[in-house]
Amino acid sequence: MTRTYFQSIILNLQNYWAQQGAVILQPYDMEVGAGTFHPATTLRALGPDAVWRAAYVQPSRRPADGRYGDNPNRLQHYYQFQVIFKPSPADSQALYLGSLKAIGLDPDAHDIRFVEDDWESPTLGAWGLGWEVWCDGMEVSQFTYFQQVGGIECQPVPLELTYGLERLAMFIQGVDNVYDLDWDGVPASEGGKVYGDIFKRAEVEFSGWNFEHADTDMLLQHFRDAEAECGRLLNLDKPLALPAYDQCMKASHYFNVLDARGVISVTERAAYIGRVRALARGCCEAWIGADEAVSHG
Amino acid sequence: MADLLIELVGEEIPARMQTMAAQHFASAVQTALNDLGVWTNEASIDGLCGPRHLAVYARGISVSQPDRVIEKRGPRVDAPEAAIAGFVASAGMPREALSEEDTPKGRFFFARNHVTGADTKSLLGDVVTSILTEFPWPKSQRWGRSSFRWVRPLHRINILFDGNPLAGSFDLGGGDVLTFGATSCGHYFESPGDIPLKAIASVDEFKQRLALAHVIIDQSDRRAAIIDGAKSLAKSVDCSVNEAQLGSYIQDIAGLVESPTALLGQIEDRFMKLPPELLQATIATHQKYITLQDQSGNFSPYFIVVSNRQSDPKRDQVIMAGNQRVLRARLADAEFFWQQDQKQRLESYVAELQAVTFYEGLGDLHAKALRLEKLATVLAPYIAGCDAQHAGRAGLLAKADLVTGMVGEFPELQGIIGGYYAGHDGEADSVASAIATHYRPQGPTDDVPETPTAKAVALADKIDTLVGFFGIGAKPTGSKDPFALRRAALGVIRIILDAELSLPLATLLQKAAENYQFDAVDEDILPFIRDRLRVYLRDQNMRHDVVAAALADSSGDDLCRMADEARSLAGFLADGDGAGLMAGWRRVSSMLSAEEKKAKKAFSATTDPSLFNDIEQRLHKALVAVPDSNVDFASQLTALGQLRLPIDAFFDGIVVNDDDAAIRLNRLGLLAVIREKMLMVADFSKIEG
Repeated sequence: MTRTYFQSIILNLQNYWAQQGAVILQPYDMEVGAGTFHPATTLRALGPDAVWRAAYVQPSRRPADGRYGDNPNRLQHYYQFQVIFKPSPADSQALYLGSLKAIGLDPDAHDIRFVEDDWESPTLGAWGLGWEVWCDGMEVSQFTYFQQVGGIECQPVPLELTYGLERLAMFIQGVDNVYDLDWDGVPASEGGKVYGDIFKRAEVEFSGWNFEHADTDMLLQHFRDAEAECGRLLNLDKPLALPAYDQCMKASHYFNVLDARGVISVTERAAYIGRVRALARGCCEAWIGADEAVSHG
Repeated sequence: MADLLIELVGEEIPARMQTMAAQHFASAVQTALNDLGVWTNEASIDGLCGPRHLAVYARGISVSQPDRVIEKRGPRVDAPEAAIAGFVASAGMPREALSEEDTPKGRFFFARNHVTGADTKSLLGDVVTSILTEFPWPKSQRWGRSSFRWVRPLHRINILFDGNPLAGSFDLGGGDVLTFGATSCGHYFESPGDIPLKAIASVDEFKQRLALAHVIIDQSDRRAAIIDGAKSLAKSVDCSVNEAQLGSYIQDIAGLVESPTALLGQIEDRFMKLPPELLQATIATHQKYITLQDQSGNFSPYFIVVSNRQSDPKRDQVIMAGNQRVLRARLADAEFFWQQDQKQRLESYVAELQAVTFYEGLGDLHAKALRLEKLATVLAPYIAGCDAQHAGRAGLLAKADLVTGMVGEFPELQGIIGGYYAGHDGEADSVASAIATHYRPQGPTDDVPETPTAKAVALADKIDTLVGFFGIGAKPTGSKDPFALRRAALGVIRIILDAELSLPLATLLQKAAENYQFDAVDEDILPFIRDRLRVYLRDQNMRHDVVAAALADSSGDDLCRMADEARSLAGFLADGDGAGLMAGWRRVSSMLSAEEKKAKKAFSATTDPSLFNDIEQRLHKALVAVPDSNVDFASQLTALGQLRLPIDAFFDGIVVNDDDAAIRLNRLGLLAVIREKMLMVADFSKIEG
């Protein structure tokens, strides 16, 4: 019997995708809004690697989604499991369905659908076509064939899979409240933990910071600093694509917190997104250039 | 004669594109076969599309092209030798093979090539290649290493002609090739194996073979199966399917299943106190379930999920439980906002609108709310039965729900939610319903708001938006209309015409501009609204030239009057006097313009009555009898109608170009009077003969 504890789901996904030839990476050590931001996806979707297969967990932060730990379905910090396969395999859908089976969700015992959902990340200048995958009416994954990243055509085309782990685990465990998820399968009497034991306090405190206490002047300055540093690194004679991209991710995260704090108006919003997109594009261009330089010599 | 089956198998095609795909595929294949000369009189074709299969089945296709003669005419037989040699070279046949023939233009060389018709079979690969390459998907993608774009990855191309698989392949680019086959596949889980297509002899047989593998490929069959299943389940709980409402999203449901099974679910009691619009949005729009109504037409707690699996009691329970849980989470979210939002009065959200920008340069939504309060109050006296205080109150509260949690989550319910919250707060019914419906009409087919208060607020909102955006120069250009100003103007027009409101629009625009503290109303707004009125009237099947003639005057601001005038003019022209008058008008204006061109000057509309003969005298009298513009438009038209006979008599009995220059000039002057009188009523020069 497949174990369905939160951590077992992660371990099983890692094992499954390792068996399919993926490099198992660890989360990127910065705040990001989604697993796509990890350079293993954003940058590796481009560049001359004929083959790039990776899978990793990525903690994702969406400051505006915080609910002080009150909402059973919404978190400002949650986990995505991310898979990137370049080029997209011919049996992409079968591979994906295999992964559901590996975590105890037998597709044949349910109603699985692939429902049109085109993916776009305005901040990354990226888009792709694909679906959200429904299991008995519940969205359990995003399934995307990347077409562009940083405004640059992906050639070959990578397949990106994103599993929202909390939602998936709630479905598999049959739990209605995220904080009730069994994390480790150890009884509480023996010190076992549920999701709330580990994250509830963080949700309450970070919601307070995101919505009320974050120093917006400081964050605006951080945004400007990260933007300037990113630009500076990209303008070096030999641009430093990876450190520049770190700054781009920082800028994106500061923007998200500022947005949650409600200090960015609707019109300004588009301008900020445009500024982050310009950074991402510059990083992607530098990455391709640097990559070529390395491979040539 | 032979049958042709082309089937494409790939990953899930978006539901909204399937109808177009089936139609386009069929018409593209028909066109291509017709161009090749193999589409016979008996030929017909069906297009079929499901999530993973897209196919055409054609019959009555000729197995080979007819033999043809390709004829090329060369130079004249007496042309220079070089020209003849050139023709021989280009015709690709020896000079002796050319024939000489007489034509009306002389004797020419002809080259005739007899081309034996090719086997249809040998042409089909190219047909499929070009159709696939040019398929007009709204969005398409690449995958793997290929450079070919399709809606989603394409895995099989099956072609069967005359019962036999077609050999060949399709190049995906990047080194990948799809070899043509004759093996389809069944439902991913219900029938995972291959399905041989060989020897299929009819479209019904094709559909049956797929159906045995649990794939209903015909969209209309899937719809019928879904509706049948839903109806019988609805009946089991004494409810009915709201088919009119289902019509708008059945294609989304039918496009997501190959093997539909209807399952009955129930909304928990605690959620049934949420407004039906919210339940509908959550259950139908977001979850794509089928909602039901009870025998009195009320929103039923039962709903129907259409699964993509064969019925199996145990699995159906699992599927239903999963769907119920998703719905519960969504409704719990909605319920949370519903309760949370109503902890404070709707009025208290008005202040929070300060945090939301209306548009850069146009202030925030709080300022907009204050403007709507003022403008709706000003509008009230022009609308029968509209209480100014209620209108102002509704104007102030109209946008407040935009900062509530519920509208943040369900933007499509803006207004409707505000209406409920206002009712909950004990606001007057007319205030609540005005808030709920003031966004109407949202499109050409949407209803206009019903109550007088709602009309006032809806007009105020749209006029405020028009004046604001025009005021900062953000006007629609060409096909670009990012702020939906055309829709706003059309809304103003429809509300005014529908309620036959006689409004001083220019004054109201002025008030709206004052609310913004603009110095003046942008001069383009009224012409813009008039222009939209022209478009609207034409959309109502009114002749475009009649609309142009009636609305030529560029100073009016009374839309009802303009529309009435256009209708009167249309009636007048359809009637005997009007139609006859137009014949006279054309003679008058063409004669004047010809003479004025010669004279290089316009003739003034002055006459010397002492020079008139009887006929002219009668015409002159009739012209004097035409009233000036102080009477209503219909009377003016009636008066113009009286000119018909005198004008006809004038042209029948009189030669304008008299030898006596004074008489000639006087007659042209009389014609100029006719022109002047008629143009004062409407621009008849716009009417097409």
